[in-house]
Amino acid sequence: MARMAWFKKERKPRTAERAKLEIPADAWEKCDECGHIDIKDRFVRALNVCPNCGHHRRISAQEYIDLLVDEGSWHELDGTLRSADPLNFESYRDRLEAAVRKAGPLEALRSGYARLDGMAIDLAVMDFSFMGGSMGSVVGEKLARLTRRSVEKRIGLVVVSASGGARMQEGVLSLMQMAKTSVEVARLRAARVPFISILTNPTTGGVSASYAMQGDVILAEPGAVIGFAGPRVIKQTIGQDLPEGFQTAEFLLEHGMVDAVVPRSELRDTTAQLLRHMAGRQPAEAAD
Amino acid sequence: MATHTLDFERPLLELERQIEEMKRVAGEAVADVSKELAPLEKKLAELRVEIYKRLTPMQRVQVARHPKRPYTLDYIKTMCTDFVELHGDRLFRDDPAIVGGWSRLDGMSVMVIGHQKGRDTKENLRRNFGMAHPEGYRKALRLMHLAEKFRAPVITLVDTPGAYPGLGAEERGQAEAIARNLVEMATLRVPIITVVIGEGGSGGALAVGLADRVLMLENSVYSVISPEGCAAILWKDASQRERAADALKITAQDLVALGVVDEIIAEPAGGAHADPDAAAAAVGEVVRRHTRQLRALKIEKLLRRREEKYLSMGALNEK
Ligand SMILES: [Zn+2]
Repeated sequence: MARMAWFKKERKPRTAERAKLEIPADAWEKCDECGHIDIKDRFVRALNVCPNCGHHRRISAQEYIDLLVDEGSWHELDGTLRSADPLNFESYRDRLEAAVRKAGPLEALRSGYARLDGMAIDLAVMDFSFMGGSMGSVVGEKLARLTRRSVEKRIGLVVVSASGGARMQEGVLSLMQMAKTSVEVARLRAARVPFISILTNPTTGGVSASYAMQGDVILAEPGAVIGFAGPRVIKQTIGQDLPEGFQTAEFLLEHGMVDAVVPRSELRDTTAQLLRHMAGRQPAEAAD
Repeated sequence: MATHTLDFERPLLELERQIEEMKRVAGEAVADVSKELAPLEKKLAELRVEIYKRLTPMQRVQVARHPKRPYTLDYIKTMCTDFVELHGDRLFRDDPAIVGGWSRLDGMSVMVIGHQKGRDTKENLRRNFGMAHPEGYRKALRLMHLAEKFRAPVITLVDTPGAYPGLGAEERGQAEAIARNLVEMATLRVPIITVVIGEGGSGGALAVGLADRVLMLENSVYSVISPEGCAAILWKDASQRERAADALKITAQDLVALGVVDEIIAEPAGGAHADPDAAAAAVGEVVRRHTRQLRALKIEKLLRRREEKYLSMGALNEK
């Protein structure tokens, strides 16, 4: 409520300023969490984190790639894999096409290799805007192939998850992607190649119950909803509202389920720092 | 038989009533009406076979959820000997939704683990309708490691609506528990055989179901989401469950076709609940055969095949 009062007080002068500077209407953005209105560019420069309340807005897979890798070092792999619609599930093909139009990438996970502070990494990033980041055969296969590459080339694996769970239009085959990716993660473990799992909002269902929770180190973005069952399902089951902050990254940290909650602005450096530790490298300052 | 009759079993009920009525009227002289009884009884048996042959996917879900269907402990009692139940995850508590322990199959020690539903309301509350908390999956993993240590095969029986979606389950890391089981089962150095005996409910089923051989009873189902849940999400209408059950491809035949299940175990006429002992005998026979085959493999070969089995699952197009 205090925030609302602040918001009302602030609105007038900002509108005046806007008229004076003749900033176009689409140059303004509003935080969904606290209602804060600011110039779009300020949101963008803060990596889409609200300058007022720190709320982490959802960003695309491409934005995570840009954030995490050295400029110009990204090489995408398996970018043309498409679902074969194995169950001939009604309207699945239409939904896939609509998702491509909406999200851009051909599937809910993009994979590739790149450099981070000069270190070679394999990177997979999920895109929630593609059918809720759901895991079907393509997501499972791309993650499995990338993990295999990490084992073969002994390159650290970084996975950024954002998913509502398994893709039900592929039935039990989507469930089996949990097993498939787990088989590759088991190989990665045996090969002692580092795996950093980064959980973003939301990471639930079959993805959280497989590779997302299998990292050597598990990081989470502030406020991200993380769990097995989604909040709506739990609410329905227990017939009451969930406690404040239930299933947030901070809640998981408190319950010992993630290693650290890391703001978006520090994700890159923290990931690099961890990889150096696990790959037996010197700290960044001493690297050159 | 009058209780728990499924809607599609109603024609059987009619015949059963006729037969019983005839027997009642005949009283002591039941032998005199045997001529009249025989064709009715034959018709009843044929009709039962006929009905069960033509079950729709949703009807199979009903059979898989039948309150009289044999559960894990029923199977253990009939197909194994020398069972010693082991309890607890050593971390938080014992989860009665999953049972397990040492047992014998053909005289050889095996570790049997399975979801356990309750037979009545009181037991169902205790066993949470076979929906495990993290401690259930952690107990299962502890027992699998015990089996690995003493080189005994692991046999898991799957029968769960799913992992429990509740506050405590989430607080204690439901996702982590399932994820850990998957990655550990991928490299467990003993044979693993899974039989879906009733409901194979998504991640809660797979958490004990990553195996060298996955078998399904004829009327069991295995799905990424319940038909009701799927219908509610896709069509905002849980009553569309028939449509969802058809679309999701959840029957044993479907899963063999998709390459997820290795073999279907036939059920007695009228389903496993019509003759639990016969169902357990059938499961026992098939599990023994697969155990023998897997025991004969060198461990490295077993593990490589397990990896290949799961790495080949999925359906995609590559340009
Ligand atoms: Zn804000």
